[in-house]
Amino acid sequence: MRTVFKTSYDADINLFRHRQQAAWYIALLVLAVVLPFLLGTFWLGEMTNVLIWAIAGMGLMVLVGQTGQASLGHAAFLAIGCYANVLLQDPVGLPFILSFPLAGLIAGVAGTLIAMPMSRLHGIYLGIGTLALAILTDDLIVIAEPITNGVVGLIPPTISLFGIDIDRYVTPDRFYWLVLVVAIAVILIYRNLLRTPLGRSFSAVRDSEVSARAMGVNVARTKAISFGISTAITGMAGALMGHFAGIFNNETFNLIISIQLLLMIVIGGLGTIHGAFFGAFVVALLPQAIAISRDIVGALLGGGSVAIPGLESAIFGVLLILFILFEPMGIYGRWFKIRTYFELFPFYRRDMFRRQKSYLKTERMR
Amino acid sequence: MSALLEIENVTLRFGGVTAVNGVSFSVEEGEVFALVGPNGAGKSTLFNLISRFYDPVEGDIRFAGESILSRQPHEIASLGIARTFQNIELFEHASVLQNLLVGRHRHRRGNLVTELLFTPFVRQEERRHREAVEKVIGFLDLQAYRDKTIAGLPYGVRKVVEMGRALAIEPRLLLLDEPASGLSVEETQDVAFWIEDIKKEMGITVLMVEHDMHLVSSVSDRVLALADGKMLALGTAHEVQSHPKVIEAYIGVSDANEKVVA
Repeated sequence: MRTVFKTSYDADINLFRHRQQAAWYIALLVLAVVLPFLLGTFWLGEMTNVLIWAIAGMGLMVLVGQTGQASLGHAAFLAIGCYANVLLQDPVGLPFILSFPLAGLIAGVAGTLIAMPMSRLHGIYLGIGTLALAILTDDLIVIAEPITNGVVGLIPPTISLFGIDIDRYVTPDRFYWLVLVVAIAVILIYRNLLRTPLGRSFSAVRDSEVSARAMGVNVARTKAISFGISTAITGMAGALMGHFAGIFNNETFNLIISIQLLLMIVIGGLGTIHGAFFGAFVVALLPQAIAISRDIVGALLGGGSVAIPGLESAIFGVLLILFILFEPMGIYGRWFKIRTYFELFPFYRRDMFRRQKSYLKTERMR
Repeated sequence: MSALLEIENVTLRFGGVTAVNGVSFSVEEGEVFALVGPNGAGKSTLFNLISRFYDPVEGDIRFAGESILSRQPHEIASLGIARTFQNIELFEHASVLQNLLVGRHRHRRGNLVTELLFTPFVRQEERRHREAVEKVIGFLDLQAYRDKTIAGLPYGVRKVVEMGRALAIEPRLLLLDEPASGLSVEETQDVAFWIEDIKKEMGITVLMVEHDMHLVSSVSDRVLALADGKMLALGTAHEVQSHPKVIEAYIGVSDANEKVVA
């Protein structure tokens, strides 16, 4: 059992709670950095995919987990980021170092503008509004064919960063490191968000709009900022996704991706950075896990692999239902409980995390 | 003493129901002013009018001499008006500390960019906010609950946290909506002591809605009784309690009076 003695307010402001925790995260960082030397090309590509999904997940998490605004249209911002990044490189001629942050900025501005009317909607209506956005983007890409090349799609150029060529296929290790750097930057920004008045105003809007207002929080503005930060991060993830995919068109960022993104952060654990990563592992590696188990089952039955159409979606759906029923806090929630069990050993009680009823919600004002 | 809050002939209707009907009073700087009255008298509605959640149909509300009717609801806190809610509106999934820190929102000086980059200035600000909040925690004896999530806290503690969050705003005027409802006798006594201290030591003017007449008479300088959105009586707690109209509103009309009225 560990007791943390806090001797200054900085103990609650710092990134890590104590030295051991910092040591663990540094170890994890070292592992992440040397990963290209440990894994083959295929699995390194899979890990890159996990990181890209995690970045996109953190983007959506800011909005859904922190501010409590559901979005079913985040694939639209993946698309905006992806197309902006590639178009700024190819016809416009900007280098990646400029096109990439600009792509994030464009997606962020688009998100903020869209938030202005959208943030008046609540719950399911907001979901439907953002859903419409995802469908609209798909069509817009096709309509804007002269720029976007429509259904034929675009091929992102090789990234050149300070004279070093980074390509997903030729130099997968460099591409992985690029994605890792972006992921770490996003984690830091996210952590900063959580420990400042901005992040607290987000959770105030999430938990009670009426009392957020009474505390002096401009709710509409806060929602717009949250949308902006969320879509900017998602846009950058989209840009990386484009480079990772090697070719993309309007279908790459379809409705299914939006829904997958939302399910991912629910399964991972809403409201936490860890959750985005846990969820990303599930989403990005599930197809591989299915393919592998398919081969094994096929071999056992004697003869090729078994193909069941729609299996991936089905497994994903079942996973979601199981999580909502048995662990609404997602994978992170389960992990947190296990960690607490060992930290408090032998004082952990089964009811420690039982959810409490909240009082007198009947007369809440909206 | 000068009037800090002036309510002038305020009327509010919801459809055919007149929730507040031509109410006028003023709260002097440094006093504890209590609103009493049976359910549906319009007490909480008055609070929501001051918080700008509702627009009055008629009348004016002035704070420190200026009309607040042109203000947005989120601008009220920065004027120096803090409030609590009758049914507790805390941020359920945040800790007590974070709830109180949200109260510091009006003292926020960082901006989007500096906060996302967490510049040394922002860290300095965080320390400053924390110091202010710790004062409130010390004042209300909330040390034991500092890192607890609201969702797991007992009702009495939530009530106190909500008062603490309002105090973290560092207001000039504190609106307390039934600070003692649902509290035990001991907890109510604590609330009475705190209200005294808020008035005397912090110099904050208090406007409160309360049903517990014992608490009202022990802390308030003046009391306004309302019924059906109309003013019944204004004066000291004793004067109001013995006012015939107030007794009528609470207990009903005696037969003798009824005949007179008829």
